[in-house]
Amino acid sequence: MSEPQRTPFVESLQDAAARVQLAGSGIGWLDAARRENLEAFVAAGLPDTRTEAWKYTALRALGQRRFALGDAQAAARAVDAAAFALPGVDGPVLAFVNGVFRADLSRLNALPAGLDLQPLSQALRGDAEPLRFALSRHYREGGDAFARLNAALAGDGVVLRVAAGAKVLGPVQLVFVGAPAEGDLAWHLRHVIELGEGAELSLVEQHVASGAQQHLGTQVADIVLRKGARLDHVTLQQAAAGGTLVRRDSLHLGEDAQARLHVLELGGALVRHDLHATLAGDRARLATGGVFVLRGRQHMDTQMAIRHQALDTASESVWRGVADERSRGVYRGAIVVAPGADGSDASLSSKNLLLSGQAEIDTKPELEIYADEVKAAHGATVGQLDERSLFYLRSRGIPLGEARAMLTAAFCRAVFASVSHGGLREALDQRLMAHLPSA
Amino acid sequence: MLKIENLHARVEGKDILKGLTLTVNPGEVHAIMGPNGAGKSTLGNVLSGRDGYEVTEGSVIFNGVDLLALEPEARAAAGVFLAFQYPVEIPGVNNTYFLRAALNAQRKQRGEPELDSMQFLKLVREKLKIMQISDELLHRAVNEGFSGGEKKRNEIFQMAVLEPKLAILDETDSGLDIDALKQVAQGVNALRSPERGFLVITHYQRLLDYIEPDFVHVLADGRIVQSGDKTLALKLEEQGYAWVAEKDPALSGASA
Repeated sequence: MSEPQRTPFVESLQDAAARVQLAGSGIGWLDAARRENLEAFVAAGLPDTRTEAWKYTALRALGQRRFALGDAQAAARAVDAAAFALPGVDGPVLAFVNGVFRADLSRLNALPAGLDLQPLSQALRGDAEPLRFALSRHYREGGDAFARLNAALAGDGVVLRVAAGAKVLGPVQLVFVGAPAEGDLAWHLRHVIELGEGAELSLVEQHVASGAQQHLGTQVADIVLRKGARLDHVTLQQAAAGGTLVRRDSLHLGEDAQARLHVLELGGALVRHDLHATLAGDRARLATGGVFVLRGRQHMDTQMAIRHQALDTASESVWRGVADERSRGVYRGAIVVAPGADGSDASLSSKNLLLSGQAEIDTKPELEIYADEVKAAHGATVGQLDERSLFYLRSRGIPLGEARAMLTAAFCRAVFASVSHGGLREALDQRLMAHLPSA
Repeated sequence: MLKIENLHARVEGKDILKGLTLTVNPGEVHAIMGPNGAGKSTLGNVLSGRDGYEVTEGSVIFNGVDLLALEPEARAAAGVFLAFQYPVEIPGVNNTYFLRAALNAQRKQRGEPELDSMQFLKLVREKLKIMQISDELLHRAVNEGFSGGEKKRNEIFQMAVLEPKLAILDETDSGLDIDALKQVAQGVNALRSPERGFLVITHYQRLLDYIEPDFVHVLADGRIVQSGDKTLALKLEEQGYAWVAEKDPALSGASA
């Protein structure tokens, strides 16, 4: 087998890795894990579209770009706090600018009882041993290039633990801001989130831009829910129009654990979201709801994989996609009901709207069932705005553009009806409405 | 106010309206009756600007403006309102939100100041009282899960809020039982005024028992073949549409 050519992308990051001192370097097992993952990344490079997981997302153009690693000026970058303000939403805030923790934008005083919340860079300065399992992972799949890159180069991120029985419903806000710099930056964030037995957490994750730039951000989050824990997780993605953002969330749900995830994807030029969940304990329940709204030449690829692995587990997934102009949306929802996961209940709905003849959406629900007495349903559609509804609105005086925006928002809105925090539900609705062109 | 002259229109290549002429003045209620397929609904759709209807000849002048040259939203702002035969359900769009957006969009197009939510709420309360509609309807999505009667009442309620100059009622009586029909008619009667014209399109005479027209026109094969006062409607009820065809030999072939 011939050695793949080192692309400018790989070259720039490999060279940068040799010069940069990441938080936690000097910790033997971490150094080793970073080194090995970097080697694996360099050896394999970025996947091409022959790799199943990247079939619809070409990385050729990204491969030709060069990025600087990290932002030495991050602490001094002025950012527009309005970009991530959530009126009516309180709670602790952990904020990062260009991948670097910013204490001045965070709110970490008076944390509620049972909540341990700190940047990874800080956690690594203390006892790093509890992070060893998460941070010394090796990624072996062909499609895992960004996870390898992240494992090799992540120097910061979020460490969040909720003690058994504690309730943190604040919610906790995680804010990731991209700010203009002297060139194109790459940053990598690694999150470790754990909910103890019977713990409850409400979490909001925001990706926002404070000014135009074309940075690359990657993040890998491991989220573990112990027995009976409950998580409510809302993600609002409004990265810069030129930005590239690659996220991977891996969830592990124990017995009787319940997780509810809502995702609103609006920004970025190239956005990839991998959402992997394992329902590992009996009666674990997962609900996912996502919306992407694309225009221009935006490309958004969501790859969801849910694995039912225990008795009487349930998952419900409701995803809506909207693509206008020349944008491209990809949604893959794969649900596996493993042998022995009897009595599982899985449903998946992916409905999509094309607002232009040049936009494209590929949706692919997949269901594999290896257990007994399983209830499963899935459906996927790609369509257009209903002409009768459009005419009805226009006949009442609502101009065409506004009528289209109204129907598009209505199409998406059902997903967020299940967001329990009223302020957040409203914020999602407002961001969505503000994003839709009304003229 | 509304002057339709020699209107010809086609749908999917088929001629439906074949030279319709009609004038509606402010304050007048005109009933358009006719057998199925005569072009009744086409008339409403052409006037409100629905896609797919091609006007091949003739003109429609509304208060001095060429109505056919306007987009549907501009026709609404100019004061044309169509009460749909089949109101559309729009899940995810709240009825109140929709109505306020519609009213403000019209006001904006007319260069009038928009209403804030307090002013709008006040207006809506007044109209609810007139229409005898429960405000529960307002909190639901537009027409979603409404009964047939609720949908038609919602149409009339929208009309009350939007205050059009010309209201076109497209078979508003279809699918209604007698109680619902009375309620809808009551609403319409409450909106009759010297400034407002009505075009009431219906297949049956029964609606006209409750909404008394000033003029009745019989539409057959795309043209008005007979006009008269409300007694014409009663005669039609008695003798059926065949009677019209008999009187007009040119039609007997078409309606046979």
